[in-house]
Amino acid sequence: MKKVIKYVIIDILRNKIMLGYTLFLFILSLSIFSLEDNAAKGLLGLLNIILIIVPLVSLIFSTIYVYNSAEFIELLVSQPLKRKTIWMSLFTGLASSMTLAFLAGAGIPVLIYQSDVTGLMMILIGVLLSVIFVAVALLAAVKTRDKAKGIGAAILLWLYFSLLFDGFILFLLFQFSDYPIEKAMVGVSMLNPIDLGRILILLKMDISAMMGYTGAIFKDFFGTVTGMSLSFLVLVIWIIMPLTLSVRNFKRKDL
Amino acid sequence: MERNQQIVKYILFILLLGVQTLPLRANTITVGKNKSVATIKAAIAKAMHGDTVLVYPGMYKEKNLVIDKKIWLIGIDYPTVDGENKYENISIKSPGVLVQGFKVINSGVSSIEDFAGIKIYNTRDVIIRNNKLDNTFFGIYSQYGTNCTFENNEIRAHNLEEQQSGNGIHCWKSDSMRIIGNQISGHRDGIYFEFVTNSLIWRNDSQKNLRYGLHFMFSNHDSYVTNIFKNNGAGVAVMFSHHVKMFNNHFEENWGDAAYGILLKEISDSHIENNRFVKNTIGIYMEGVSRLQMKKNSFERNGWAMKIQASCMDITVSSNNFLGNTFDVGTNGSLVLNTFNGNYWDKYEGYDLNKNHIGDIPYRPVSMYSVIVEKNPPAMMLFRSFMTSLLDKTEKVLPSLTPENLKDIYPLMKPLRL
Repeated sequence: MKKVIKYVIIDILRNKIMLGYTLFLFILSLSIFSLEDNAAKGLLGLLNIILIIVPLVSLIFSTIYVYNSAEFIELLVSQPLKRKTIWMSLFTGLASSMTLAFLAGAGIPVLIYQSDVTGLMMILIGVLLSVIFVAVALLAAVKTRDKAKGIGAAILLWLYFSLLFDGFILFLLFQFSDYPIEKAMVGVSMLNPIDLGRILILLKMDISAMMGYTGAIFKDFFGTVTGMSLSFLVLVIWIIMPLTLSVRNFKRKDL
Repeated sequence: MERNQQIVKYILFILLLGVQTLPLRANTITVGKNKSVATIKAAIAKAMHGDTVLVYPGMYKEKNLVIDKKIWLIGIDYPTVDGENKYENISIKSPGVLVQGFKVINSGVSSIEDFAGIKIYNTRDVIIRNNKLDNTFFGIYSQYGTNCTFENNEIRAHNLEEQQSGNGIHCWKSDSMRIIGNQISGHRDGIYFEFVTNSLIWRNDSQKNLRYGLHFMFSNHDSYVTNIFKNNGAGVAVMFSHHVKMFNNHFEENWGDAAYGILLKEISDSHIENNRFVKNTIGIYMEGVSRLQMKKNSFERNGWAMKIQASCMDITVSSNNFLGNTFDVGTNGSLVLNTFNGNYWDKYEGYDLNKNHIGDIPYRPVSMYSVIVEKNPPAMMLFRSFMTSLLDKTEKVLPSLTPENLKDIYPLMKPLRL
């Protein structure tokens, strides 16, 4: 397994897109921090990167990588290796290189310019989102045989998680504004890892506003140790669930 | 003629010298173990008008001390006056009294009577300074006091419930009071003013009180200057008053659903200048406020820098800095009778072609999302998502939900040095 992981990581790191992604993140976050005169505004710019670009790149790159290494996977399958091992090493390789790219690209500038709780929370959420969307991409790739369809599915998934889901929530909020739905909303936010990550960062970044009327409910839940650990647990479940599903699919798949 | 005037002045001067020497005839009575008098009560009884009572360190449990003549009561190294949780420690009923350097502890607690550590009844020219009050129901209480000074007192309480706690400094129907350099914490309201006029609150530090750091009701022509109000249950409330001046104060970390840096209700003809509002849930909340000048204040990292209800009019907000607030201004209607010109807003994205340091396009401090959150608070959960930034950007191009007239026509390009 180690050898396969090593091979995948080396293969990805040699990839120019990955290098470009790292550089892109690095230059973008550096320029955001040095252009803005107050670091709080820089963090805001970075938040958008973490919530939009990280999931997008994670999803698309992983999907394409899986399709491009179809022959390599076929070769591995012909070797005396378990299918689960092959798939897991593929995931580990992808996840660790995405994490590495994020840490090098965005993590270093954040540590330089804003190494407080908010910054650390951002890095943590960024890493988790990278890994979550690798797992989601693997599921999308294993479900469809056609490359174009698979990539299309990945883009649709990204659109859903970063835009459509929020639109749906906003619709619900206004439809049920006469009911006490705050607590239910805490539950609903668990259904989208991007939302969950965003709320966790908000509680650090906009703490003063979040202490207000509704924010207090989020604060009471996410601000406590139990709530915090629960939400991180949910984020981990968001990694495990798509991954196990994709492993199960890959085991039965007729290559 | 001129010579005559000079002679009159000369005679007056000599006469005044004579007056000044009068207190020199006053006696000093010492209280303490192995001193001439053992109890403060006996010393007060023995003292004549204008005498000084010096109290040496020790524990004095003398129930209720009533000072009914003009004396100076001075403690050396903080002698303790214990109210045994039953009595009011010191009651002042004569003008010109000085109480200095005592440790006043454990006053009685009552829901019928307002027991205090030190209480002033219908009198004037009282000075209370350098005392330490601990675990008193009310700290220093003035009832119909005039021209009194409360200076450098340390007032602490440790109650957990509002009902069990009085106010740190409580003034009722008083005039010309000076509240200077006191440190107050743990009371219901740090400083409470009701029907108090022409008074000054200066350099006080009011922290961690259960309700308000400072509570003003029906108190006109007062100033509060260079105070710190931090971490109070609900910040500072100024209500039903006019001609109030608020300068150089610091409002910090007043967090909570109903916590405000300042809550202004029915205030008119007032000034708020050079204050700093840092990390409050709401920096200033205004309701029914009119003719208010807000200048050179700094709003940093608040949830809402300001919430102005539509019932306000003639408020001028100019030359302020708005830095890193989640929302700059929130409002509840579309009617705007206030002006917001010449401020620095860090969220401003306009340009300055003629390089006069004033932005060429107006800034609208009410973001669409703050309107949405005002109408539908749970929507806060979607704040800063891709979706909502899209909505905000659209609104900036085509304003529909936000009030059309609430804008800064001369936004500054650079923050003011405050």
